[in-house]
Amino acid sequence: MVQLTLPKNSRITTGKTWPKPEGATNLRKLQIYRWNPDDGQNPRVDTYFVDMDTCGPMVLDALIKIKNEIDPTLTFRRSCREGICGSCAMNIDGINTLACIYGMDEIKGDVKIYPLPHMPVVKDLIPDLTHFYAQHASIMPWLETKTNRPAKEWKQSIEDRKKLDGLYECVMCASCSTSCPSYWWNGDRYLGPAALLHAYRWIIDSRDEATGERLDELEDPFKLYRCHTIMNCAKTCPKGLNPAKAIAQIKKLMVERAV
Amino acid sequence: MRYLTDRKRARGLGAGGTGTHHHWQMMVRSMLMTVLVPLFVITLGLGLGGTQEEVLSYFARPFPAIITGLTLVVGLIHLMNEAQEAIEDYVHGAAEKLTLVAVKAFCYTLMAAGLFALVKIAL
Repeated sequence: MVQLTLPKNSRITTGKTWPKPEGATNLRKLQIYRWNPDDGQNPRVDTYFVDMDTCGPMVLDALIKIKNEIDPTLTFRRSCREGICGSCAMNIDGINTLACIYGMDEIKGDVKIYPLPHMPVVKDLIPDLTHFYAQHASIMPWLETKTNRPAKEWKQSIEDRKKLDGLYECVMCASCSTSCPSYWWNGDRYLGPAALLHAYRWIIDSRDEATGERLDELEDPFKLYRCHTIMNCAKTCPKGLNPAKAIAQIKKLMVERAV
Repeated sequence: MRYLTDRKRARGLGAGGTGTHHHWQMMVRSMLMTVLVPLFVITLGLGLGGTQEEVLSYFARPFPAIITGLTLVVGLIHLMNEAQEAIEDYVHGAAEKLTLVAVKAFCYTLMAAGLFALVKIAL
């Protein structure tokens, strides 16, 4: 049954308010989710103040500044700081996005930062994405061929290559899957928008020879058909992709081969 | 505690092998409903306002009776399948199976009662 309230040990409490930096005139207030599995305490929301005159423009810049100058225990993932690696996905101002490409000036009022919703939390802003990655692996995200490998390369026309645009750019940040109510309630069985977008990327690839097998694997009331076209995935994707459209295309192919 | 690999957990019992038929039937019924519902509303509206005998004789005519019957059958099957989707979304385990049975039983009973009333009026 769907859980409508948080368990007692997951309820969020008010945390520490860290002192304002001295002499700063251009301050932004950040409220950040904190949880440490080792201290046995409930999650809390700490308040920080960042001097924007000495901080970069993105949310990730503010987080790095807090970690370097205010609170070194603040934990989050980050790597490329330019929207390519997908590491710094988190819920900022109510939207799942990448902290490195989300500007502080895009947020009105206090900046509220939480980990990606409905995922187990490892610590602070780090969600456990083990199951998410395993689901991605389960769709066989590689080229499957039966024909002998050609002497040079697997050829693809310009038109067929264009079909991969809007699909291959996905950086697997999990913003879409963790914004999807169907994934919240049935994430154990529903593959979620990210894995399905990748599945479609390989289904539609002209060089792949396992199209039927791939569709067979998705022929399931939960793996694919839990998508109710809610469209949160398309709305939240920080790369501007449309996983809902990819899922609709898979459903279309399913009907095409069955009816 | 079960020592399952992440991949095993993600794959679960594998693909069920169904889903497309349900999806296609939902689309077909949705298309039918876009035609049937306005027809039913118009037909019902035209039959209102008379005495009991006039209304009964109106619904005894083939067109209103067939439209009402079709709307009843298609609408309730659609309701049943949509409710199934919602139940599968939000209720899990034994409660899910029991709720699905109860909803199907309720819909089939409504359908039988409606068709019985319609046949009684029409014949």
